[in-house]
Amino acid sequence: MLEQLTDRFEKFVRNLRGQGKLTEKNVQDTVRQVRRIMLEADVSLPAAKAFVKTIQEKSLGQDVLKSITPGQQMVKIIHDELAAFLGGQAEPIRFGKSPSTILMVGLNGAGKTTTCAKLALHLKRSGRQPLLVAADTKRPAAIEQLVLLGKQLDIPVFTSDDKNPVRIAKDARKHAQKESLDCIIIDSAGRMHVDGELMDELKRLQSIANPPETLLVVDGMTGQDAVRSAKAFSERIDITGLILTKLDGDARGGAALSIRWITDKPIKFVGVGEKPADLDAFHPDRMAGRILGMGDIVSLVEKAQSTVDAEQAAKLAQKVAKQELTLEDFREQLIQLKNMGPIDSLLQMIPGMRGALKGMQVDESEFTGVTAIIDSMTVKERQIPRIIDGSRRRRIARGSGRSVQDVNRLLNQFDQMRKMLKRMGKRGGKMPLGLPGMPGLGGR
Amino acid sequence: MNLLTRFKDGLQRTRTQTFSKIGAIFKSGKLDEDSIEELEDALLEADIGVSIVDDLIEKLKDEFANRKKDKNLSPAEILKSHLITILNNRHHTGTESCQVLTPNTTRFSHKPWVILLVGVNGSGKTTTAGKLAYYYGLQGKKSVIAACDTFRAAAVEQIEVWAQRGGARLVKQKSGADPASVAYDAYKSTQARSEDLLIVDTAGRLQSKRNLMEELGKVARVLRKHDPTAPHEVLLVIDATTGQNGLSQARGFTSVAGGTGLIITKLDGTARGGVVVPIQSELGLPVEFIGLGEGVDDLHPFDAKVFVNAIFEE
Repeated sequence: MLEQLTDRFEKFVRNLRGQGKLTEKNVQDTVRQVRRIMLEADVSLPAAKAFVKTIQEKSLGQDVLKSITPGQQMVKIIHDELAAFLGGQAEPIRFGKSPSTILMVGLNGAGKTTTCAKLALHLKRSGRQPLLVAADTKRPAAIEQLVLLGKQLDIPVFTSDDKNPVRIAKDARKHAQKESLDCIIIDSAGRMHVDGELMDELKRLQSIANPPETLLVVDGMTGQDAVRSAKAFSERIDITGLILTKLDGDARGGAALSIRWITDKPIKFVGVGEKPADLDAFHPDRMAGRILGMGDIVSLVEKAQSTVDAEQAAKLAQKVAKQELTLEDFREQLIQLKNMGPIDSLLQMIPGMRGALKGMQVDESEFTGVTAIIDSMTVKERQIPRIIDGSRRRRIARGSGRSVQDVNRLLNQFDQMRKMLKRMGKRGGKMPLGLPGMPGLGGR
Repeated sequence: MNLLTRFKDGLQRTRTQTFSKIGAIFKSGKLDEDSIEELEDALLEADIGVSIVDDLIEKLKDEFANRKKDKNLSPAEILKSHLITILNNRHHTGTESCQVLTPNTTRFSHKPWVILLVGVNGSGKTTTAGKLAYYYGLQGKKSVIAACDTFRAAAVEQIEVWAQRGGARLVKQKSGADPASVAYDAYKSTQARSEDLLIVDTAGRLQSKRNLMEELGKVARVLRKHDPTAPHEVLLVIDATTGQNGLSQARGFTSVAGGTGLIITKLDGTARGGVVVPIQSELGLPVEFIGLGEGVDDLHPFDAKVFVNAIFEE
């Protein structure tokens, strides 16, 4: 996520830190360089210009030149400004009186329908009873798509034969009240911001649904047009927040800065994968640090906390302390880790991992392989791995469809992990959940 | 409404939203700091990308100083002609990492002619598949669409509607089926019925997802088993709002599935789709079609001149 934007800044910051002295000319060069990086990262031109202007004013105003560590001073200014640009702090979803409505709007293909389902799952997990409303009556099979997603997640979906989204929204509210569901997520049709008629319709939909939260869904790969469309949407209807999608690819994500700058509304979530759980809360302060290569360990821990079963974790910690970790436990851990989302995006949250991971592909199918190998073992073998001799290894390999080398590698790595845990146990140090050297992960 | 009017329409709407105040400066013959900045801004705001814009501006300064033949040529005209040259270049051979298959045969020289549509999620592949069938249907070609997006919920239902709109026969399997197997079936039946065109619609995927990209490679390979020259065209569908990531998309998709060209969709908004300029100049992937709306007839052959004018038009 925002990977390349981050890369460019990392490189640039390294250079800057190396500078012993900063002259007025250096500030000029720096500022020009920042502008270039932002444009390459798809930050819209007016947003980039505004950002650069602020940096320039602050650097010259704040005695940076006289500072002993001008490079770092400058980095700090850039960091603080980035954070300010991205928004002060994380903002939660706003709710009104029950049933509280969230209206989802955006251009065609931004990812509204998928995001509706993701958001519904997120709300369900936090203890709410969401109702999904299929109000995209324009795109073929949009309703069927939402119904299928709802079924997968066991979340009710309101549909109607009515073609009028405004009436659908009214009926859906009644339905939610009857079923005592406490929030409503309306999936509206994608539309071009230049289409007056459809924008009018959206305005009517908003005035009838009267949602405390109207979220504009924006494709994270958007370039310069981000400011134009976001501005047009926020001028026509009352936008309360933003969601940025498709950030699990290598998009530079400059749109985050552009839309935040032009609408002055908080980015609430980011989409980071195709699975329903792949929606993350957006933390502006952390994102700024991340862009400058400071890692995002807090996000990772939060993610682990919400996914990992606390009871299981306690048991595991005990086992680790007693040095009784078995392959069975290991398998469970792998599954939990997988539930947390795409592995590469997890690893990138660890400081220092970004550089190490560059160009390396984490293959999630490796997980399936490792799980298959463990599944092909007997219970006894999983508990006491050292009894696995040559002939057992061959059997396990055959059973799991992997090679004997794969089995060997897994056993070796597991052994090393146990040794490492033993040392940690002796030192009495605490191990962060799910973070020991995981067999099966690594460059190939 | 003709193409240029539509473009102008979109642009007019942008102007009233007061972003770029591109104006008289494009007609003036002066080249000073202000006019350079305005030209540069116009190019940047069209998503052409910093490197190419720098190049173009350098060239412009050079040529403007040394122009002899035509003293009346305005800076904007010089830029336009450079852009048109880049976009019309069909002599690329691609790069080492990208197998760019420039079609040296004419369309429909094989039967069936196979078009593989690829692209990221939400770029407009399914809609484009229906529009392509319609477009070639007007020329009397019988089309078949292979519903190879077996992943996304209700994708098959969606393409069903678009196949009907475009007048194409649809070959589908259950949701979750192997896309390569759908492509295989579709080719066989298209050949058996001696239909002219097979349009293979695939699931959207981000180019950085290795497993999904391999799956796409398999679809291309399966088609090649039937006809070593297939797919005859691999068209990358790009959303006009896409920024510089478009270049990464083009690199990623061409390296696994090959590539012969681009389709820019959603040009009826305020986005200019300028990222096709760096794509064309690096990989030699020409733009074949543009999408200008949600109607089945809103697909048009690409015209570099109209496209470039739209970047500067008042």
